[in-house]
Amino acid sequence: MSETTVRPVTGADGGIGGPDELAAALEGTGYLPDEGLATAAYLALAMHRPLFLEGEAGVGKTALAQALARVTGRPLYRLQCYEGLEASQALYDWDFGRQLLHLRAAEAAHATGDTETLEASLYDRRFLLARPLLQALEDSPSVLLVDEVDRADDEFEAFLLEVLSDFTISIPELGTIRAATPPLVVLTSNRTREVHDALKRRCLYHWLQHPDFDREVAILRRRLPDVTEQLAREVARATAKLRTLDLLKPPGVAEAMDWATALHTLGARELDPDVAARTLGAVLKYREDTDRVHAMARGALFGGA
Amino acid sequence: MLGFARTLRVAGVAASPDRVEAMLAAVAALDVLDATDVYWSGRLTLCAGPDDLERYDAAFAAYFGGETPRPVPPAAQQRQRTVTTAPMDPGEGQGDDESPPDLAGQASADEVLRHRDVAELTGAEREQLRRLFALLVPAAPMRLSRRRRPSPHGAVHASRTVRRALHDGGEVTRLLHRRARPRPRRVVLLIDVSGSMSPYADALLRFAHAAVRAHPAATEVFTIGTRLTRVTRELRLRDPDKALAASGSAIPDWSGGTRLGEVLKAFLDRWGQRGTARGAIVVVCSDGWERGGTDVLAEQMARLRRLAHAVVWVNPHKGREGYEPLTGGMQAALPSVDHFVAGHSLAAFQQLAGVISRA
Repeated sequence: MSETTVRPVTGADGGIGGPDELAAALEGTGYLPDEGLATAAYLALAMHRPLFLEGEAGVGKTALAQALARVTGRPLYRLQCYEGLEASQALYDWDFGRQLLHLRAAEAAHATGDTETLEASLYDRRFLLARPLLQALEDSPSVLLVDEVDRADDEFEAFLLEVLSDFTISIPELGTIRAATPPLVVLTSNRTREVHDALKRRCLYHWLQHPDFDREVAILRRRLPDVTEQLAREVARATAKLRTLDLLKPPGVAEAMDWATALHTLGARELDPDVAARTLGAVLKYREDTDRVHAMARGALFGGA
Repeated sequence: MLGFARTLRVAGVAASPDRVEAMLAAVAALDVLDATDVYWSGRLTLCAGPDDLERYDAAFAAYFGGETPRPVPPAAQQRQRTVTTAPMDPGEGQGDDESPPDLAGQASADEVLRHRDVAELTGAEREQLRRLFALLVPAAPMRLSRRRRPSPHGAVHASRTVRRALHDGGEVTRLLHRRARPRPRRVVLLIDVSGSMSPYADALLRFAHAAVRAHPAATEVFTIGTRLTRVTRELRLRDPDKALAASGSAIPDWSGGTRLGEVLKAFLDRWGQRGTARGAIVVVCSDGWERGGTDVLAEQMARLRRLAHAVVWVNPHKGREGYEPLTGGMQAALPSVDHFVAGHSLAAFQQLAGVISRA
């Protein structure tokens, strides 16, 4: 990834004038969105609505949140979802160890305060461990990435819904914590299961597709400046061809980048069938797919500049 | 805008009022006079899944392009139009009565796109059987989840123990425990609705309805024939007859031919590999009549086996005496099947429910 210095378009939400301006700013960070995605991201910023991104693995869902954080100059908080994810890992938890210590210390010092004061001091903000959702609300304005929400279970969706609907978290012992400015929320899903409609209804929905040939070449050139133009074009063309082959896992942009990097590391300046066959493991992750591509005439896939 | 939303609803996109409100807000944030901005603000707010996108594009072109909208007619209209077609052999067995299906016209190459009016079925025996189906409550197979629950034994629940200690003045008086909470394992039913299976399709769908009603969140039902149709939503209706009528009109390929291998591949590509079949119990209900070659079927069954927790194959003909799985499709599928069971009578379905819950 090329680390160009990005001038954050900070300030209020009005800081970015429209989708085109946002697209240009994103391009400055090395993320090249198409028109629909730029509009979606702009609306998410302007309307304070979470952005729900679906699409094949490796089309750049997670990368968008990172790019948006850089463009807006906001801190990024990421919550990776998995089955069994609980409130204590996503919202907040009490630091019980330190609370016990505090209690013992108070005893040792023979604190004479009444029990109520002691109890109140136990549930102080400093004993609260903020997890990503709470962090994103406290450190406002921020960018919150809820990654692979389809991996979490229904119970988690229910309280995510609660947080996303009014951007507050209520802690019984402490009170309600509200975000001064709602965070820019990006939810991603690989569609391993259908996410509940109630959650989707609160979001802007965008289906991310593989980029077209020119955009993919541009992305490769942008992200991997050392790779030659010819290699980038040939990798993009071969990847596009692989996507039409009805494979178990069609390669995404991430795989194309891995492949180009692998080829570049081997010193290749263009994609010839031999070196392509040796590095196929960077793009294809199923034995069936590899067999299938090997069985095809190699020239048909990788030949022709 | 509201007229457009109505067009969308007719086209099958659930553009609910709150979504329309969101679209209006989105248009206001962009440019009302710019067609592209209007297009994206509608698409981002009104659609809920990839299936909606195509319908949205068509409806948008029709509504704003000045063409006559040609919406997909709602299911009810289609059903009325085709009442006369698809006579359904009501020969599905009651009790242990066997009803050898007519094997003559099976696996027809043409896809017969006709809808079957399930509500038209009559007969006292069928009525009786339906009532019995309503009593069927398949028990869910269970698995351990990552989620824990408090329990008298198991691993020590550190945070609860310490929290309790705080109440007792910092003294740990008792250890609290927790252990994994069991959750129902997902069950996926793939029901063959091709011509050769038509005598059993009704009973199988009733079984599927009972399974969905028992565990709505953990059951998925698809029909397979010449194409794949997801009928889980339709089967969630409480009333079995309404649910069957709804799924009947959702299925475009009733009593058509079979392309088991290809449709199974479609299922695995679109749903199975992403997660629906992962760790699930997949029940294929089919007689295994495959018109074309069986290579695709064998390959896809092997793929299914690698994804699923268990694969159950239900073949109604297995209930007949002297049945041998000789059809090419069965031969191809059996190496990848964990449990091969019959499904021709209510008793067989009860057995099937047992196999699923223990699988």
